[in-house]
Amino acid sequence: MLQDAENILEVTDLEVGFGGTPVLHRIGFSMRRGERVAIVGQSGSGKSTAIGAILRLLPGSGRITHGSIVLGGGTTRGEVEDLATASEPVMRTIRGERIGLVPQDPMSNLNPAMRIGAQVADALVANRTTEGKPDRAQIRSQAVALLAEAGIPGAERRYGQYPHEFSGGMRQRVLIAIALAGKPELLIADEPTSALDVTVQRQILNHLQSLVDARGTSLLFITHDLGLAADRTDRIIVMSEGRIVEIGTPRQILLDPQQEYTRQLVAAAPSVATALDAAPLVDPTAGAPASAGPERSRSILVVENLVKEFALRGRRGSTIRAVDDVSFEVERGTTTAVVGESGSGKTTVARIVLGLETASSGQALIDGESLTDTRGAQRRALRRKVQPVFQDPYGSLDPTYSIERLIDEPLRIFGVGDRGSRQERVAELLDQVALPRSVAQRRPNELSGGQRQRVAIARALALEPELLICDEAVSALDVLVQDQILTLLADLQDRLGLTYLFITHDLSVVRQIAHAVVVMRSGVVVENGSVNDVFDHPRAEYTRELLGAIPGAAFAA
Amino acid sequence: MAVETLAPVEGGTGLGSGRGRILSSLRHNPLGIAGGIMLLVVVLAALLAPVLAPYPPTEVHFDTPFQRPLTEGFPLGTDDLGRDVLSRLLFGIQTSLQVGVLSVLLAVVIGTPLGLLAGYSRGFDAVISRLTDVTLAFPFLIIAVGLAAISGPSLSNAAIALGIAQIPTMIRVVRGETLRIKESDFVLGARTMDASPVWIMLRHVLPNATSAIIVQATVIMPVAVIGEALLSFLGLGIQPPTPSLGIMLSDAQQYIFRAPSAAIFPGLAIAAICLAFNLFGDALRDAFDPTNTTRK
Repeated sequence: MLQDAENILEVTDLEVGFGGTPVLHRIGFSMRRGERVAIVGQSGSGKSTAIGAILRLLPGSGRITHGSIVLGGGTTRGEVEDLATASEPVMRTIRGERIGLVPQDPMSNLNPAMRIGAQVADALVANRTTEGKPDRAQIRSQAVALLAEAGIPGAERRYGQYPHEFSGGMRQRVLIAIALAGKPELLIADEPTSALDVTVQRQILNHLQSLVDARGTSLLFITHDLGLAADRTDRIIVMSEGRIVEIGTPRQILLDPQQEYTRQLVAAAPSVATALDAAPLVDPTAGAPASAGPERSRSILVVENLVKEFALRGRRGSTIRAVDDVSFEVERGTTTAVVGESGSGKTTVARIVLGLETASSGQALIDGESLTDTRGAQRRALRRKVQPVFQDPYGSLDPTYSIERLIDEPLRIFGVGDRGSRQERVAELLDQVALPRSVAQRRPNELSGGQRQRVAIARALALEPELLICDEAVSALDVLVQDQILTLLADLQDRLGLTYLFITHDLSVVRQIAHAVVVMRSGVVVENGSVNDVFDHPRAEYTRELLGAIPGAAFAA
Repeated sequence: MAVETLAPVEGGTGLGSGRGRILSSLRHNPLGIAGGIMLLVVVLAALLAPVLAPYPPTEVHFDTPFQRPLTEGFPLGTDDLGRDVLSRLLFGIQTSLQVGVLSVLLAVVIGTPLGLLAGYSRGFDAVISRLTDVTLAFPFLIIAVGLAAISGPSLSNAAIALGIAQIPTMIRVVRGETLRIKESDFVLGARTMDASPVWIMLRHVLPNATSAIIVQATVIMPVAVIGEALLSFLGLGIQPPTPSLGIMLSDAQQYIFRAPSAAIFPGLAIAAICLAFNLFGDALRDAFDPTNTTRK
């Protein structure tokens, strides 16, 4: 039943339905032994359903309704099996022993009440091939060896620690150790690093790759990031809406895509766009527009020696410095990106600028005034100049409001106009963010993520602010939608002369939209300059590291 | 470049909208439907008591005491004074629901603003939550009995006593919701628009806490109905001869062996009311829960 003995996996005409609704439509692909294959798609493309079908772990009412999934017979053990029809006891021996899974979220996939070593040992015991009572000491030494192999320093010492004592990256390494415990021939990695910072992501993937190469394991890599897939695999399968759009080598997919959808995806992928040196959405050399007269200073936002300390819970007097002596300026009409990994203090800076947190010392001045120091009418006037767009368009819109009420809320708070004029303004704002006026009466849960983010932008624009604080405003969105929102932001800047303070962890987005960039790490500004300077001639080691970690860089040539 | 396609706008409020989603979720919950139907029957019985009851509830028939159920003219029998049990039951349900609704209203009207304040401001929280803790240290019925004893027996006093006794739990629920909602991004967003705390509490927190409040009300309701029965049973609630489920039980215990039906029917009615509210409340909670997507 296997068409090619060299293939480890052959998926033919696979159809999966959830309670009668088909989710996968007759997909087919094959993997050769030792090959690395990526499945790339946006959320809802069916990539997770595909691996759920391969492992026969479909959630809820999911059923394989048609097709076959043939797992090639191992040279050492195991037979050729059709996973689509295999019985559950057979599947249990296949999972772990022949197919390993590295799950997506390292935070929730480890048992928080169980020692790390015991969890690895569990996997070893479950996948034991020899019969008889397990030898405890032997299992333990195997588990330690696995942990060490997965790249955990001091594995012997860390064996007895609990998951909360590990960082996200370290936890992901533990999950890799567990996945490799059964010495599988095929390893499925489901977005293994999307919850991690880019530099950590690179370390983990380098390590995973060398492990897989050394063991001759085949790797099926699920990701939404085309650049990452191109960097890490031999072949890319592009999926959309439950269908396979295109299959090809990274070079074919990135440089010569055959399908319209793939072309869109390549064009929109920020990391790839950076690598391919696509034209950015804004002219990074543009200075302040001429409208900034001599009486107004060129900088709209001046952050001076900003420090924010948080008291540590439970330990009296000890504090942690989230923001440490940060200074930068934002020129009117331009975009300044603040880039950093989690814990770098970038969001705290944004919250202080917005007046949601008080600085421990130093100040953030908007046209010479600070939101935390002003009161009453002065503060109200200042509020109108600065508006936020938050990361999560699901959380930032009150679900009980209609779109119209959401957008005109700031107008009502500031008592702008009457009912009629506010209605007109809402319609105007919807036009500006390219949403049909008919959405005004709908509620946020009826809109897609991208549409919600447009609503959030429309609301932020309602008071005609000069400065928008975009806190990870596009990181929750799929890449095609992300690209549309970035284009919209660039376009609005052009028409309305807006200034953006753009908080992000994604350097590739920075290149597309920003004029200036501030790189932060552990609360300190590491590097600060124009986008071209920082990208072409990074001075700080950390910036170089960040730039090197952008996936897809190999295709710059 | 194409903007993502929008699901059809025409057709008004589809299943996606809040109210439509809640209704459709309720429709797919058989226990909820059963609860809803029972509730409807109970409420209709109470409202239509004057029409449905064959006799006035206090009319005595000294010649026919202790009739068994299904005797001619008295479908559920009669009590020691020959009063028709069915008529008293219908009016009793009316009284019980009255007390229930009044006490729930009281708990909501007083508990909600206090809960909002406690959840929103740390200063108020210190005071309100400590008082709540103290009140919760006493069993609910002890407070109700104590208050009813002090204020004297009457329908409105019983309702007030039961309502007051339920305020602390209401405060707890609303405070918890407020603490959760005030951390959400949309409240942060409102703060950056210079919205006042009152604006945020009334326009953002309260609407989002409404479902929790409604669900809590359906939990309080049966407790209040039982509470009324208990207060009346102890002679601290409604006064005879006004019929109430508690009074009927209290009267019937004197001749429980001669005419058990006079106790069984009001008991069943109390059980039915509580069950109806509990089932319906559960279904409402599931329906309001946005994380609980009904998978068909």
